[in-house]
Amino acid sequence: MMNGEEFVPLSLTPMLIGIFAAIACALPGNFLLLRRQALIGDAISHVVLPGIVVAFLISGAITAWPMMLGAAGAAVVAVMLIEAIRRLGKIEPGAAMGVVFTTMFAGGVLLLEQTDTSTVHLDVEHALYGNLESLIWLDAVGWSSLLDPEALRHLPVELPRMALTLVGVCLFIALFWRALKISTFDEGFARTMGIRTNALGLGLVITAAVAAVAAFDAVGSIIVIAMFICPPAAARMMTNRLEGQIAWSVGFAMVSAVLGYVLAGYGPLWMGGSDAVSAAGMIATVSGVILAISAKFGPCRSRAGAPAGI
Amino acid sequence: MTVELANTCETQDQDALIAQSPLSIRGLTVSYGEKPAVFSVDMTVKPGQMTAIIGPNGAGKSTMLKAALGIVPPVSGRVQVFGRALDEQRARIAYVPQRASVDWDFPTRVIDVVLMGLYRELGLLGRIKASHRAKAMDCLDRVGMGDFAERQIGQLSGGQQQRVFLARALAQGADLYLLDEPFAGVDAATEKAIISVLKSLREAGKTVVVVHHDLATVTEYFDNVFLINTRRVAEGTVAEAFTEATLQVAYGGRLATTQVDQLARA
Repeated sequence: MMNGEEFVPLSLTPMLIGIFAAIACALPGNFLLLRRQALIGDAISHVVLPGIVVAFLISGAITAWPMMLGAAGAAVVAVMLIEAIRRLGKIEPGAAMGVVFTTMFAGGVLLLEQTDTSTVHLDVEHALYGNLESLIWLDAVGWSSLLDPEALRHLPVELPRMALTLVGVCLFIALFWRALKISTFDEGFARTMGIRTNALGLGLVITAAVAAVAAFDAVGSIIVIAMFICPPAAARMMTNRLEGQIAWSVGFAMVSAVLGYVLAGYGPLWMGGSDAVSAAGMIATVSGVILAISAKFGPCRSRAGAPAGI
Repeated sequence: MTVELANTCETQDQDALIAQSPLSIRGLTVSYGEKPAVFSVDMTVKPGQMTAIIGPNGAGKSTMLKAALGIVPPVSGRVQVFGRALDEQRARIAYVPQRASVDWDFPTRVIDVVLMGLYRELGLLGRIKASHRAKAMDCLDRVGMGDFAERQIGQLSGGQQQRVFLARALAQGADLYLLDEPFAGVDAATEKAIISVLKSLREAGKTVVVVHHDLATVTEYFDNVFLINTRRVAEGTVAEAFTEATLQVAYGGRLATTQVDQLARA
């Protein structure tokens, strides 16, 4: 294993960003999964493309803030379109998401091709895998740098941004925990008690969108898509309580991020190869393996005594 | 017979009746598509009694209840609860939705579902104290489910799930109880347990309204009936409104409904 002198500048920040991104997506993912809206993560990571392209066309620069605003704007437009199509067409949310995210993604690709943006670094690879490995902290010299204000000033900007996003996600869920739980289980009943379920549902989706856009910017869409679904789904099969499910999903998200990052860096070397593989890809793969294992061996993977069909 | 009342204009007597009524509905129309599911319905629930809402499948029974509670948006209509707007009176209403309307695989225990009934008392962030748990346990005991408090809800039979829903409504400590098909697909023991709880509520002066599908038990269980087939067919005591003639109108072939709709659109 590396010592502090190598670990802190090269691996600590990408690992932390990976962990924060994974948890920020997994937390709202728990509720989206139970509401049968898990695909929203997939949808958001597709629809941000036109938002990013439009932001570039307007601002003329590849800088983080216009990109994130564009992405967030596109996510909100998509969420509203999905809701509108679901209500007007009276179809299930999955179908509405499918229609919206393929259309907006295609629109983004067209925009990309028809404008000058294709010459700049807005390529598919970047969007999919992100650049987790490049988010290093070169000013750090070891663990002592964590206490050095000068070195801390040069932390990759993605780290505080992702940490802030995670705090926001945690606050939303902690504040609305009880209302979210009731309205996810029984929306009609929640309404009779005066819970504004539509606003709450929209708040949840917007929270998920913010997490997705921040994570997308830092680590690419593969992690976003995987983390919305795999840790919560695996966690559901470990416990029969929502509190437990949330805890397990956070644990699984952390394990995926750490193990995935380490395996991506060292796995190929251990197997006799020479190059590292994509950390984002490996993190998503690890979360998928965790899901597969819990689907096979998890203690709560089947309904115990419920009569069939009810 | 009260059927006549539907078209009379509101007199002072009626205003007084509405002010006293636990649930009064005026001109309620609900539509899911082009065809109204509930058309211009008036209902005045009598306090301290048990009322059954009866009608054929697709007659708008559940829809009327959901619209009255603000769960589905009505096209038009006015709802008053104990003489005031619904939003001011939410704490006085307990609601039991259809059992099939929720996912029983949801990761939660029986006691947690009953505690949901205390939401208005607890608020968004209030801590659940021992007294709240004791209250929830007491409600579970009243429906004979005290031994199941720690079970995951998916492990219960249909009848047990229905009793848990009733316990959650009891925890709400309301004055008006609205139940959507509580006897659908439950075992005989559960049906007996539920009806005995509902009767004890009535004895305590509470008002109970039940969407009901079993015509055979109406006379035995209820004081009043409300017959609906998209429009109100009849409303009154069981003796008044639950007659062959009214049932004939409510259930006698769908032709009647279509004709009514055509007239309504013309």
